[in-house]
Amino acid sequence: MIVFILRRLGTMLVTMLVVSIMLFLLLEYTPGNVATKVLGPYSSEEQRTLWLEAHGYFEPLWVRYSSWLGDFMTGDFGESVRFKVPVAEVLWPRLWNTVVLGFWVFTVMIPLSLILGVMAGMREGSALDRTISITSIITTSIPEFASAVFLAAVFVFWLGVLPGTSTMTGGFEWQQLVLPVLVLVIYDFGYVARMTRASMAEVMTTQYIRTAVLKGLPYRRVIMRHALRNALIAPFTVIMLQINWLLSGVIVVEFFFAYKGFGALLLEASLNQDIFLIEACAMVAVFVAAATQTIADVGYTYLNPRIRFG
Amino acid sequence: MTVHTEIPLLEIEGLCTSYFTRAGEIPAVVDFSLTMQAGESVGLVGESGCGKSTVAMAIMQYLGNNGDIVNGSIRFKGRDLKALSKSELQQVRGSEIAMIYQEPMAALNPSLTISAQLTEVPIVHEGVSQSEATARAVDMLNSVRLPDPERVLAAYPHQLSGGQQQRVVIAMALLGKPSLLLLDEPTTALDVTVEASIVSLIADISREFGTAQLYISHNMGLILETCERVCVMYSGEAVEIGAVQDVFRHPTHPYTQGLFGCIPLPSCDKNARPLVPIRGQLPLPHERPSGCFFGPRCDSFRENLCDQSLIPMMQSDRTRHFVRCVRWRDVPGERQVGEVKRKAPAEIGEEVLRADGLQKYYPVYDRSLAALLSGRSVRYVKANEALSFGARVRETVAIVGESGCGKSTFAKVLMGLETATGGELLFAGDDISNSPVRERSPKQLGSLQIVFQNPNDTLNPSHTIGGQIGRVIRKFGVESEPQKIRDRVYELLDTVKLPRDFYKRRPRQLSGGQKQRIGIARAFAGNPKMVIADEPISALDVSVAAAVTELLMDIQQEHGTTLLFISHDLSVVHYLADRIVVMYLGQIMERGTTEEIFAPPYHPYTEALLSAVPIADLNVRKREIVLEGVVPSALNPPKGCFFATRCPHRIGPICDEEPPPFREASSRHVITCHIPLEELRDVEPVFQQVDVATE
Amino acid sequence: MAHSVDTRGTVSSTLWRVFGSFKLLRESWVGMIGTGIIVFWAVVAVLAPLIAPFEPNATLQPFARPFSDYAAGDGVFWLGTDHLGRDILSRIIWGSRTVLFYAPLATASAYLVGILMGVAAGYFRGRIDEFLSFLANVILSFPVLVLYILVITTIGSSGINIIIAITFASAPGIMRIVRGLVLDLRNRDYVAAAQTRGESPWYIMLVEILPNARGPLIVDACLRLGYVVITIGVLGFLGLGLPPPDPDWGGMINETRSMALAFPSMTVIPCIAISSLVLGFNLIADGLREISMRD
Repeated sequence: MIVFILRRLGTMLVTMLVVSIMLFLLLEYTPGNVATKVLGPYSSEEQRTLWLEAHGYFEPLWVRYSSWLGDFMTGDFGESVRFKVPVAEVLWPRLWNTVVLGFWVFTVMIPLSLILGVMAGMREGSALDRTISITSIITTSIPEFASAVFLAAVFVFWLGVLPGTSTMTGGFEWQQLVLPVLVLVIYDFGYVARMTRASMAEVMTTQYIRTAVLKGLPYRRVIMRHALRNALIAPFTVIMLQINWLLSGVIVVEFFFAYKGFGALLLEASLNQDIFLIEACAMVAVFVAAATQTIADVGYTYLNPRIRFG
Repeated sequence: MTVHTEIPLLEIEGLCTSYFTRAGEIPAVVDFSLTMQAGESVGLVGESGCGKSTVAMAIMQYLGNNGDIVNGSIRFKGRDLKALSKSELQQVRGSEIAMIYQEPMAALNPSLTISAQLTEVPIVHEGVSQSEATARAVDMLNSVRLPDPERVLAAYPHQLSGGQQQRVVIAMALLGKPSLLLLDEPTTALDVTVEASIVSLIADISREFGTAQLYISHNMGLILETCERVCVMYSGEAVEIGAVQDVFRHPTHPYTQGLFGCIPLPSCDKNARPLVPIRGQLPLPHERPSGCFFGPRCDSFRENLCDQSLIPMMQSDRTRHFVRCVRWRDVPGERQVGEVKRKAPAEIGEEVLRADGLQKYYPVYDRSLAALLSGRSVRYVKANEALSFGARVRETVAIVGESGCGKSTFAKVLMGLETATGGELLFAGDDISNSPVRERSPKQLGSLQIVFQNPNDTLNPSHTIGGQIGRVIRKFGVESEPQKIRDRVYELLDTVKLPRDFYKRRPRQLSGGQKQRIGIARAFAGNPKMVIADEPISALDVSVAAAVTELLMDIQQEHGTTLLFISHDLSVVHYLADRIVVMYLGQIMERGTTEEIFAPPYHPYTEALLSAVPIADLNVRKREIVLEGVVPSALNPPKGCFFATRCPHRIGPICDEEPPPFREASSRHVITCHIPLEELRDVEPVFQQVDVATE
Repeated sequence: MAHSVDTRGTVSSTLWRVFGSFKLLRESWVGMIGTGIIVFWAVVAVLAPLIAPFEPNATLQPFARPFSDYAAGDGVFWLGTDHLGRDILSRIIWGSRTVLFYAPLATASAYLVGILMGVAAGYFRGRIDEFLSFLANVILSFPVLVLYILVITTIGSSGINIIIAITFASAPGIMRIVRGLVLDLRNRDYVAAAQTRGESPWYIMLVEILPNARGPLIVDACLRLGYVVITIGVLGFLGLGLPPPDPDWGGMINETRSMALAFPSMTVIPCIAISSLVLGFNLIADGLREISMRD
């Protein structure tokens, strides 16, 4: 087991290394472009050359990459063109905001989708099942920006009970979190609920559940003790991977509600060609994604006795 | 022992169950009646689709969402099971009636330890404490002869072998102290020698605990060995019920007689007394004829007599023997044996295949920390080791062994799907040990073909039958013009006795037996010199298997092909093989002609294998040999004889340390054993012909 | 019959059965509704020049209410106009063309790449599989939208680039699914039978194995079409989509949301349009899955 974890961590590191190389090549291959983006399109050739020289851009590629990587590991992400401050100063607070948002999304979404999914899967083909399924299909058909529009139309414009933007300029206000969280929950719970349902429905048709029933066990015990611990293995992985999804989902939501989070930061950076900020955001995103993937793999192995005990 | 009390233990009367699907109501079981006394063991035998499993599920009141009992009653100890409330039913299940399943691995929860699953039963049904339940579980594991109960209790199901899992399932069933055990094909998924030990266990247990048994199987031989009474089912109906001795000696219903004609008993012979398949096909549930369901396939069918209304069960002139046939008196009493067509024995020709010291090893990469550190991270599974034997033109050579013996690996090496690690393999003069399939010429490919085991996987579901066979014909260069190819496909369809209309059909429109016939047609499309048949009938029903076996024999004779028949079923092998090779863990234990193999001197493994085969013949008495001990791991084979860990004749440390020598009992009969031949010759034969006095 | 008609026949019969499985949808009312929605939008897209009342980019009469008349000419603004005076109904109709052109194209392109990678990885296994799987993992380790943003930022936004971006981002996921299916199917006896006939690996992969994987792949394709429609919408919404002024539902939503308080229809209507299209694909996928379960 330990060896397995170490190997997965190793794979994760290698993946991140490859990604960093790809990013570096993508964005910093041509020094000219970098200089243009940093100094702006109106800068002169001479200014750019001087800047490039000063920042070591005429070194061989691999030297540039190693020093770039070295800086990265120590937390020096360079300076943001757009914000004119070190990237780290902007990045971490924004990331924290997104973490807060994500925390509330998961707190609401996980119990909701697991319970609905299990109930639907237990009674496959019933009216309850069909209702939950159809609802999930509908909610996953509405893109986040569309549901944001619908919810804003109802709660902000028509009922006027919630604020339309979530800039949090006056300190933390929980009302400003409601709509962003709601949008993300609505879109995502359908997917997780359907995965849970599928897993539960499959478990209910297995022979070992038949054995449990024919042993004369009360139905409640069959579900709680025999079915759930097998049915919830797959949803665990799915939920872990939703963290990865969340990093995508927040971009639209934060943009829509002007929430100062990580997603909006990345978007702003890319729209403004802010190279160092883009690099930093991308690496952080990939780190989170790779880490959750690894945790999901390890967790799945741990939870599944067949694999864990070989 | 059967105890006749006032109230029968189980009384099923006129049971009718149906499944309700989009297509309407499909009757599964029709007018089924059975009475069981306490402690009695009754066999329920029939082919797929006859409804035997449905009867068991009906008893348990577990027919699923779309199944229901539409008529009749089931009384257990006098209580109507259908009228029970939910909690009453929960009490009955598991503690009065318990079930043992076909696939033990699937029947156990993979995420719970054995202890959790076993102790649940007394805890829920009798409310005992955890420690008391654990103690009982240990006792029960001892009763089912599982060594080291503590280790088993702490294990998860996948860490046990198939035989061990089934013993756990049996223990789980018995922990509830049931009066009735339902056994749904409990040994079908197990190896033959493991099956024998489980069968003997079940017999002992039921004597010890006094439980009644309803033993469901498709294997008549098993029923003969384990049951007192038998009920034969066909297409949802019970067609004959009686004491095992009566039914086996005097099968009265035409279907029962037909079944016996399909079983390769020791008295059958592929040339002199071939099998007699039952003509026609099993009717689909919604296409059953009116009157007798077996009518269209019955030689004794009489119009206006057998096709009117539902035939009831009639009492024959023996006690407690019932038949569902209006003409039972007139139908001939003895089994109809193959007067039909005798064949002349084939002329065996020159050698076409020779394996010499053939080896096939698979590397296994050990990724654990220990292996990395010790530097031994590659180990080998010796799937085939030192295989040496030959096969001649028109000969039928059988390769016999249980799972893991390496017979499938050998087939793959022959076909070129794998290449040998060492040794020589000569086919028609060419050494093919190192010639993978991509390097063989079309002619070579066409002259060595294979028939696969699973009829459902043997044909590509997305292509038409004609297209698939046609492509084979083209690939082997037999014909190249489209019209000629088409004609040849039609010829092949005729040979395997299928309508030409099947050319356009797709596999899902065919039954299992029909698909297997196509598989045979495909293998013979290129006029092969040799055909490998890898368990071709194991997945088929008895009557279908008989028809396919006869077909294979006919085609083989017509084409003059050598047949390499791989199987674990020794009765079929006895029936059709000229020579037999017995494999165990990748090595040949014994090889010789069929007569030589079935008579002493035996290799100890052959002896055990022979004794494990259920024989459906009252006139044969069999010695019982049960193998104890553990099958060695393929990664860590013993230094000496591979069979030594389980051998009842083990003579001492020499068996564990030194590889056994080849002893030649005759020119082509070789036994690999340390025991000298004279001792082996003195052993009592496993089978003895006994003439049981007829009543 | 020509020499290679067998393969061609198989291809055409496979295509026929791909579409044939849609005939089975008759048995699922969910699938029928989905098909209805898609057919509706397809017809709208095809007939756009004929049924759109106005030019989609013509600035006519700003902030007109739905059902109001065009003051300076013929015609009715059935769904009103936006802040620049462009008729919303016409923009929706022409926008459907854009979506229904790029989405299937991008999906098909992603499938082409994904299937080729997947069958190669699943059939050959070994080094090829390790390499392709690693590549897929690297790409899949990016959160999807982050990936799109990076790619579009680097290569710029245009129709072709969007297709390239979608192909790049979706192919690994498809590859994984195909690989899984191929790994399972390659153990079937009919594959061994084909091998013992001496068939070439690519024949086996594409003619023997792939047609039997079509069930799950078709369901996935429908779902993926829905995702791609959303992606195109999101990119348009974020300003990374097709350059203006071409009517792009996502872009329409973004442009008009600040005015939603006073003029909700400008924003809500494109939202309904895009949601209904995705719903259609999702319902078809669910219907197909339901039918395959029943068989």
